Amino acid sequence: MAKEAQQQVSYTVEELVAVNPYNPDILADLENYVNEQVSSQKYSLDANLCLLRLYQCEPERMSPPIVARILIKALMAMPAQDFSLCLFLIPEQVQSEEQFKTLIVLSHYLETARFRLFWDEVAKNRSLLESVPGFQQAIEAYAVHVLSLIYQKVPRAVLAEAINKEGLALDQFLEYHVANSGWAIEKSQGRSQLIVLPPNEFNHPELKKNASDSVSYEHVTRIFPVLS
Amino acid sequence: MAAYDADSSAGGDLAYDPNFVPDSVKTFVVHLYRQIREKNVYEIHQMYEGSFNRLTDRMFRESPWPTAEAVEPYVDGDHVFCLLYREMWFRHVYARLTPTPKQRVESWDNYCNLFGVVLHGVVNMQLPNQWLWDMVDEFVYQFQSYCQYRAKLKNKTEEELQLLRNFDQAWNVYGVLNYLQALVEKSNIIQILEREKEGLEQFTVDNGYDYQGGSNVLKMLGYYSMIGLLRVHCLLGDYRTGLKCMAPIDLSQQGVYTNVIGSHISTIYHYGFANLMLRRYGDAIREFNKMLLYILKYKQYHQKSPQYDQILKKNEQMYALLAVCLSLCPQQKLVDENVSTQLKEKYNDKMTKMQRYDDEASTVYDELFSYGCPKFITPSAPVLDEPLMNYNQEAYRLQLKMFLFEVKQQQLLAGIRSFLKIYSTITVTKLAQFMDVDEATLRTILMTYKHKMHSTDNDGKIVSNADIDFYVDDDTVHVVEAKPTKRFGDYFLRQILKFEEMISELEKVQLD
Repeated sequence: MAKEAQQQVSYTVEELVAVNPYNPDILADLENYVNEQVSSQKYSLDANLCLLRLYQCEPERMSPPIVARILIKALMAMPAQDFSLCLFLIPEQVQSEEQFKTLIVLSHYLETARFRLFWDEVAKNRSLLESVPGFQQAIEAYAVHVLSLIYQKVPRAVLAEAINKEGLALDQFLEYHVANSGWAIEKSQGRSQLIVLPPNEFNHPELKKNASDSVSYEHVTRIFPVLS
Repeated sequence: MAAYDADSSAGGDLAYDPNFVPDSVKTFVVHLYRQIREKNVYEIHQMYEGSFNRLTDRMFRESPWPTAEAVEPYVDGDHVFCLLYREMWFRHVYARLTPTPKQRVESWDNYCNLFGVVLHGVVNMQLPNQWLWDMVDEFVYQFQSYCQYRAKLKNKTEEELQLLRNFDQAWNVYGVLNYLQALVEKSNIIQILEREKEGLEQFTVDNGYDYQGGSNVLKMLGYYSMIGLLRVHCLLGDYRTGLKCMAPIDLSQQGVYTNVIGSHISTIYHYGFANLMLRRYGDAIREFNKMLLYILKYKQYHQKSPQYDQILKKNEQMYALLAVCLSLCPQQKLVDENVSTQLKEKYNDKMTKMQRYDDEASTVYDELFSYGCPKFITPSAPVLDEPLMNYNQEAYRLQLKMFLFEVKQQQLLAGIRSFLKIYSTITVTKLAQFMDVDEATLRTILMTYKHKMHSTDNDGKIVSNADIDFYVDDDTVHVVEAKPTKRFGDYFLRQILKFEEMISELEKVQLD
């Protein structure tokens, strides 16, 4: 019964954001929704931007823990740019508070692919980040995504650093992706493993569909009167 | 409605009598009123753009027009006409004089009344699109101006502070956003544009006008409010929501938004700026390029227009922003030759500096961004206790800081680009040597390049903005140059239509 009521609230919140977003009365609903996103591993950028806008208009009502949660969820959405989109709406004085400075540093490391520095910093701030379930997996997914943009074959050590796994944990990770994501493992002469990532248009340019020469249906209809 | 406050003079003309109505003004309002009643849109436009500005130049260069109360008797006391007249009255004060604090508040009241009437759906007029666009544009402009005004607390008199306390609802951000949103919703404009795609509406073909005896006012105010919302969200720093508000308008085609040059420029300027902040450099460059080319071709036709100065200003701002985009994301093929020539004339040196990515580059980025960006605002109400400070620059400083931070993150990419231009394959070790960094750092730089040169579009798809790309096979970097794509399909379509036109012209020729 309680779970149903919870689902009902989130459905209504999404509707509110779509239909009546410029309304200070929905602030509490939006804050609850942030907590719900954290606990049930959902995510809604639009609802969170709506809340940050309301905080912008009424700074006395801003809640730092909620803002921190929004930012962590945004980090987890990388490579999407959600983190900067949120920061654009957060005043400078707020951004200079300790926990936000940490999150900004974390974002900076991820944006510049400095994974080892990132994971070191995460280790120093466990309490802040462990409150949001799914954080680890989301960042691992981002790391894999960046690697797939570049590498056809990536050395084991590079992958290990990016996802912060070693030894047995790394082997299990590789096994899972070989079985489910089309990865393969190669042994390169004398050295350690090479992980072959599945081909996509970014690491295999020949796969890039030459979309620029295709003509849209709407444009073709323009000459139908001529052809008839 | 409080009458114009003659004591706090909004002009140097001490002889101004707000209630004196010169004969030419009498004639003007009588005629305008009649044209509006008879729905002669063309005549209304002539009077609105032509006569109004000529009379202003002749008699009201330094003082306001007569008040609405003074002209009321000549227009049968028509309530709606007076609201329209007052809107023009305040717009003139903002343009030629400096509005007093009281006038700012009174203008807000007038907009509330005017939009209230329109939203009730009882308006039966047809007004020129230019006028309706100017209303929305001015509404957002006065909001921006008020936020700037009330954020400068330092030198305010006690009287001004008291006014801010008493009228704390004037120009509040929720009110502004909700009016724009209400106009969008009540006009049903989003549904109209949807239905038009299926051929069920004639909105664009008719340029928004209603040829069945109805009114275009609510529809067009709704349409222009979408652009208004984009603008307000940019001023607040919420670029994603701004773009979402504009989504129903298809920018890849001509539309109603291109028919009034002010709305065309405002749309593309804010759309381009929002995309720049979202790192979608390709989209920004494409749209800025189209707009700048258009202005280059057609600006001569607007030389006599009252908007000419604004057009020129936005033109310069867009060149600055285009220079920034191209420095962050060099592209050979997206910019038209003529625009490119202009750009080089204005910014060649600066662009060279920006692409060097050192401290000097940062200064140039700062300069061009600050010149090209909108006037950001802080939407929250001022705190009116001591000590009083000016905080009108805060919003701008935040956006600038975030932008420069992004630039800094991309600092190392310039080095990579120059090597990728020369080599088709190179080992990671060699490249690291050339760039004077260790291998691990180089791999980091390569990943940053890829990440920064790809942006996520609204559906979450990853799109590449890079002109030079690469992939890595274990320890070798393979460079991929984007081949110039010849758009045969598009070319043939254009030629077919062109020839068809020519043939029909020729068929019309009668030989004697």
